[in-house]
Amino acid sequence: MFGLDKKDFRLLLLVTVLVALAPFILNPFPEGSGMAQFNAGYPDLMQRFVIFGIFAIGFNILFGLTGYLSFGHAAFLGVGSYAAIWMMKLLTMNVVPAIIVSVIVAGVFSLAVGWISLRRSGIYFSILTLAFAQMSYSLAYSVLTPITGGETGLQPKVNDPRILDGSLADGATPKANLFGLEMGSSIEWSVGSWLFTFNAGYYVAAIVMLLAFYMSIRIFRSPFGMMLRAVKSNQQRLNYTGLNAKPYTLAAFVISGMYAGLAGGLMVAMDTQVGAERMFWTASGEVVLMSILGGVGTLIGPVLGAGAIKYMENILSKINSDILHTWFAFLPDGLEDFVVTLIYPFIGKGWHLTLGLIFMLVVIFLPGGLVEGGQRIARLFGRKKKSTDTPDGKTTPAE
Amino acid sequence: MEAIILQILNGLDKGSAYALIALGLTLIFGTLGVVNFAHGALFMIGAFCAVTLSRILTLSHTVVDETQKDFLGNPLKVDVPYVMDWFGESTGAAIIDWAVPLSILFAIPVMIAIGVIMERGLIKHFYKRPHADQILVTFGLAIVLQEIIKYYYGANPIPTPAPAAFKGSFDFGAMMGFDPNTIIYPYWRIIYFAFAAVIIGAVFAFLQFTTFGMVVRAGMADRETVQLLGINIDRRFTLMFGIAAAVAGLAGVMYTPINSPNYHMGMDFLVLSFVVVVVGGMGSLPGAVAAGFLLGILESFASMREVLAVLPGLNQIIIYLVAIIILLTRPRGLMGRKGVMED
Repeated sequence: MFGLDKKDFRLLLLVTVLVALAPFILNPFPEGSGMAQFNAGYPDLMQRFVIFGIFAIGFNILFGLTGYLSFGHAAFLGVGSYAAIWMMKLLTMNVVPAIIVSVIVAGVFSLAVGWISLRRSGIYFSILTLAFAQMSYSLAYSVLTPITGGETGLQPKVNDPRILDGSLADGATPKANLFGLEMGSSIEWSVGSWLFTFNAGYYVAAIVMLLAFYMSIRIFRSPFGMMLRAVKSNQQRLNYTGLNAKPYTLAAFVISGMYAGLAGGLMVAMDTQVGAERMFWTASGEVVLMSILGGVGTLIGPVLGAGAIKYMENILSKINSDILHTWFAFLPDGLEDFVVTLIYPFIGKGWHLTLGLIFMLVVIFLPGGLVEGGQRIARLFGRKKKSTDTPDGKTTPAE
Repeated sequence: MEAIILQILNGLDKGSAYALIALGLTLIFGTLGVVNFAHGALFMIGAFCAVTLSRILTLSHTVVDETQKDFLGNPLKVDVPYVMDWFGESTGAAIIDWAVPLSILFAIPVMIAIGVIMERGLIKHFYKRPHADQILVTFGLAIVLQEIIKYYYGANPIPTPAPAAFKGSFDFGAMMGFDPNTIIYPYWRIIYFAFAAVIIGAVFAFLQFTTFGMVVRAGMADRETVQLLGINIDRRFTLMFGIAAAVAGLAGVMYTPINSPNYHMGMDFLVLSFVVVVVGGMGSLPGAVAAGFLLGILESFASMREVLAVLPGLNQIIIYLVAIIILLTRPRGLMGRKGVMED
């Protein structure tokens, strides 16, 4: 269906169901219980799951298929964000033009960067993309302040022109909307002690993410995708067969840049503000971490990685030593303190340490990322049932 | 003329730091063929060696000083560092004052140990894997090292002053026969430059004039043949990794008075140092040093007011701009060798 074979369609269906039911799946613990802080089903975080999912899917089309490791993808995300916010300031608060323009602008920008960077490969390519991203970041911070807002960033103001919108009611603030449906609005539904939030913005982003995911499946299975894999496995052989690899890699670069721009545009649509730090090279590093952690070159991997990292960033960093003490209260006092001091460096503000360690372990022992881990586990237990697994053998929520 | 000399001098200290880090990076790349993204973290650890030593030296115990009274008339409690007890007051104070230069002695064994442990424990297993994997695992390692330092030392910059003798500035212009007060230059920066020159000279002399260095150079040229001659080249390369780590660490130690160390200083320098290595030519030691100084000086020229009036923001992007131009016009960098990372 939709031009997909049975396996891929099942994967897409699975992801669709998981994304649609995410407010339930991510909220397994009742409000007020000790485990409630592990709930990830609040709109802000769910939006981030899908938006960074899009970002990582796009990055994976470049890195996973062609093997070109870009260290500057955050620049495209930032450029897309700036384009989107200017649409909101000048045209309308409707998110549709903002998102479309952000994709186009990021595409044009990535065409320019890719055209230059792709003259080199290997580590030189990484350094070139890094250089371009750092240049964009520095310029956005300093000289381009009239366009980017510099350190303060940009947000829609009450007195922006917005030629397509009518004038705002007195005291009203401009809010991002989709033909009148406000992105920030949500419906809350409490069942017993559970509280589920259905956020309009999340579902808009989720639908876009599913489209992006579908596109990436089609690209992976297309002759074009095959060509990109050929670039990765042996570019020289490709050249000897009389094919020029450059147009293919450039196309992949632009596509992944457009994905990044789409993610940037959606970020603005959800939370109407932009700052230059979005383009800093650590942000580029983050998407690399996501793809590797999830499993580079697989369909679902980057989405899983994005989910895992954003979950850790938001949930792990909230835990503090008091919470730890309540968890281990059942232990004798001395042992309790010991366990808490042992765990404390890895949580709260130190969550980056956990991230770094996990990342290193994944690179060293599990180059295929979480997906490969899932496959190995599936292989361990999978002998009883027939191999009806999804292509990656994972059933983890695709946040 | 004065302005030009001033900008060259201003570029020297940053250029020295770039050159030292890039030298270490190139050493590792040339010997082991590994792209080490954790090299910035080694620079940072070096800086924190200085912080650690100055903390150790100022470890103190409280004594009640009967001669001094606080405002209530009680005897004042004074913290006396143990060094002052052991070496007498003036010597002790001098030792504390000279904590940063003394850290050099402290940092060399520590950094070599860290480098060797890193190479034996982790990098060794990545020789055969693609460069992308090496970048990724060392990137992860850099995050981990950075977070460990952050956990123990906190996220704020820790001021670590230079010895009192080197505080302040001197009138470089007057010494060179220009008008006085045109070229004022801080003492410590000129020391940093001299120190960097000594270290760079020492590394080159070590490679050029010792038997060990000769074997290492032979190994860089053709590892297999050296191994066939019955030389354990791996052990020597491991030590070279340690030396590269020590070079980065010493660059960090001496940089602390210029810029108070914080846990992410390494990453800030690393990105630029990679650009420096690529501009200089992957695998070329003189190229790395030359490009380090060149880019440092270019950066300071670009931040002159006259230049900024014509091209605003140039100082922010000059290094990357130069890197892009060099990579596109001279793909091997300024002094790159043929056949190194050509793919």
